[in-house]
Amino acid sequence: MNGPQDMGGMMGFGPVKPEINEPVFHEDWERRVLGLTLAMDACGLWNIDILRHTRECFPAEIYWSVPYYDLRIEAHIKVMLARGLVTEAEILAGHMQVPPKPVKAVLKPEKVGPLLAKGSAYIRTAASLPLFKAGDSVRVRNLHTQGHIRLPGYLRGKTGEVVRYHKAHVFPDSNAHGAGENPQHLYTLRFKAREVFDADSDDDLQADLFEPYLEAP
Amino acid sequence: MPHDGHDHDDHSELSPIALRVRALESLLVEKGYVDPAALDVLIDTYETKIGPRNGAKVVARAWTDPAYAKWLKEDATAAIESLGYTGRQGEHMVALFNTPEIHNMVVCTLCSCYPWPVLGLPPVWYKSPPYRSRAVIDPRGVLAEFGVTLPETTKVSVWDSTAEIRYLVIPMRPANTEGLSEDELAGLVNRDSMIGTRLAGKVA
Repeated sequence: MNGPQDMGGMMGFGPVKPEINEPVFHEDWERRVLGLTLAMDACGLWNIDILRHTRECFPAEIYWSVPYYDLRIEAHIKVMLARGLVTEAEILAGHMQVPPKPVKAVLKPEKVGPLLAKGSAYIRTAASLPLFKAGDSVRVRNLHTQGHIRLPGYLRGKTGEVVRYHKAHVFPDSNAHGAGENPQHLYTLRFKAREVFDADSDDDLQADLFEPYLEAP
Repeated sequence: MPHDGHDHDDHSELSPIALRVRALESLLVEKGYVDPAALDVLIDTYETKIGPRNGAKVVARAWTDPAYAKWLKEDATAAIESLGYTGRQGEHMVALFNTPEIHNMVVCTLCSCYPWPVLGLPPVWYKSPPYRSRAVIDPRGVLAEFGVTLPETTKVSVWDSTAEIRYLVIPMRPANTEGLSEDELAGLVNRDSMIGTRLAGKVA
């Protein structure tokens, strides 16, 4: 979707402000949010693409102004509310008012290390052979998808070169909407900065793009 | 009432979001979805165990061991896993080697994708609109805000992590470091140099 998350190339957000000796967390509640969101993810009721899409569906004025951990917990609250795991009244009260819903798993402390070390690989087997290979010149389709998509808007219509093929991966555009993993071939494309952004240099930029975003030029 | 008078006294220092998170945590624990002991392990892991010192060891090894550097170029996921760094948000790794000719720099314009096993959790600036919006259109301007000015002859190559591939920049080894051990070299690798927004060396 052409949402607030798609900010590559936008202007008006001011300078980058690096913080020297930045702590991992600035407030204790941020610590709790990291722990709670990772623990709830382990319940097995949603996936990373559902969470990303939930975040990018917040109104732009919220998405652009709310701190990261605040947005992160509110997105998790949304997916928990949608699945009936909690109610808004329970969150206000801080106590259970309706019985819990079943979850696939509850993360135990001794399982945290193995779970994080394992991660979740995204490579899958695709239904068809890849259309493109390294060295091919490929154009990005002019897509304006209503739902979740991992194509940055600044690349629409641009032509780049395939520099690497990554096999097929889970397709976020399907996975974010409960439509299954629908594996698609994934490529790194290289673009000239002067063709994408009118840059006065030989700089270049790369993005990882799924085959449905691409067409022969 | 969400809170009685006693709670209000206890929480008077807390912001609305801190209170909301505290209430949510109580609720999720009470409903049995979350084991509080697991929360403690999760937080401790990312606060004290998984961080940029991991990535620095990868870089120092690449600087000192040409065979390792070659492996890192060809199969970064396996080469990094061999040092014990693997898993969540680092399942599919690619290493980008900076040279006098090419300076690589990583961003996630669409969210805040970041290689957690080697760098830990991303800093605030990496997740914020100024960096996400400008890294692709004005990378040299962003670098200047980190105090880095590259020669015109060095090409800036920006990588937008739009899928599940995660990137680790291998900065150039600083000059006059021939006699240093691998551990001493790792001490010269700052976090931002592995994102590509600084050069290796001590951050003043």
